[in-house]
Amino acid sequence: MSDKFKDKFRLDRQTMALRVAREFQDGDCVNLGIGIPVLASNYVPAGREVIFHSENGVLGFGEVHTAGEGDPDFVNAGGQAVTIIPGTCFFDHHESFSIVRGKHLDISVMGGLQVSEKGDLANWLVPERQIGTIGGAMDLAIGAKRLIIAMNHVTKDNQPRIVKKCSYELTALECVKLVVTDIAVIEVTKKGMVLKEYAPTWTPEEVQELSEPKLIVAPDCKEIEL
Amino acid sequence: MPINKIVASFDKAVADIPDGATIMIGGFGTVASTPTCLLEALARKGVKNITTVSNTTGFGSDVWKLMGYKFAEDMDILVRNRLVKKAIVAAPVSTIYQNTFEKLLRAGEVEVDMVPQGTLAERIRAAKAGLGGVYVPTGVGTIVEKGKEKKVINGQTYLLELPIQADFALIKAHKGDRWGNLVYRRTSRTFNATMAGAAKVTIAEVDELVELGQLDPEVIVTPGIYVDRVIARPKDVKVDDKPISQEALESQKRYKERGSA
Repeated sequence: MSDKFKDKFRLDRQTMALRVAREFQDGDCVNLGIGIPVLASNYVPAGREVIFHSENGVLGFGEVHTAGEGDPDFVNAGGQAVTIIPGTCFFDHHESFSIVRGKHLDISVMGGLQVSEKGDLANWLVPERQIGTIGGAMDLAIGAKRLIIAMNHVTKDNQPRIVKKCSYELTALECVKLVVTDIAVIEVTKKGMVLKEYAPTWTPEEVQELSEPKLIVAPDCKEIEL
Repeated sequence: MPINKIVASFDKAVADIPDGATIMIGGFGTVASTPTCLLEALARKGVKNITTVSNTTGFGSDVWKLMGYKFAEDMDILVRNRLVKKAIVAAPVSTIYQNTFEKLLRAGEVEVDMVPQGTLAERIRAAKAGLGGVYVPTGVGTIVEKGKEKKVINGQTYLLELPIQADFALIKAHKGDRWGNLVYRRTSRTFNATMAGAAKVTIAEVDELVELGQLDPEVIVTPGIYVDRVIARPKDVKVDDKPISQEALESQKRYKERGSA
């Protein structure tokens, strides 16, 4: 794949998280995976009340403590100490995954390695490492009503992560609804992948060049507003 | 005779765990949710060829000591003492730290059976509830479905997952009484409450023993019937002054840079 865009502007991790957070609707229960997704908790749009779920057994928690502070018995899935808020509720692991797999969560946001045009997700095994961790990824991929993936558009070697068919080990089939990358926002639909937004300085044609499947450019396709 | 599940020492609590046992280890992976003293006792006893059932395979005490924990041992103490033959686990390796388990796995010295976290919880619950198995939606079309019965129910495909039968469950709770009733603290409930009662023998390590009747019946999380033995942690523990490994120092740096595990 072409590397002629190597030096072009990309959204940074925080900005991708900010874009992801715009998807949160008032009243949503949301699970944020580790990496870029957890950053999205800082950007809940003003006026919307969102409840965060963490798979280690909590619904409703506040901000992350600075290092060294906080209660070791209260952490998020990334092991960061978080704050108790009015409404916080704890439960065991079985209950936590009943919440996940019983389709009770509105949104799950995870990192990704590859997303296929049908919405298949690969995100737990980097082939070069040979050994990976499934953790809660397979459950979160199929469990939430809406799965959003936040990832870079291409690999370090400039290979597309938006692919016709995943070549990495799969996490789940036909599960991804929206992909937020460092250059685009793409919706997965029954008709195919729809390019909704592109990063400043990019064009839909350029995003297409770095994507394997044919992208349908949405009639209202626009630059990501930051 | 009053019922009394309280045992006098950690060594006595694990004395009858034999070589080759299958042992559930509670907690999420954070050391605060880990039955640290029971794991230390098990390592002292030196049980061999065990199969573990847990969420992670441990990060090692250095990582936790760096974060200020005094009770710092996790499952790594069993792995690095070469007591583990096989781990049934959701998250066997970490992306920021090559733990002992990963090293032994790459060397072919341990086996792994990786189970998605929700399926792990459900298979543990199935054992606890006396079920013959559960149909779960997770893993369809992936490496996880290999060799499993598939069934379409109401238009959705499920995999048959079988209960995980274990001999012992080692769990960590906050408070317990002599009947084995338990309460937990915050997110340290996690797999501890899930595993209570899922093995033939459940042993609970608690921060504090309380008199029968002191736990509010409305808030007891684990009914004592699931618990066979209860033992309190010492109030304090002396931290050894062994130097922290370079690997742990580097992992802490990466953790701080990334902000999470």
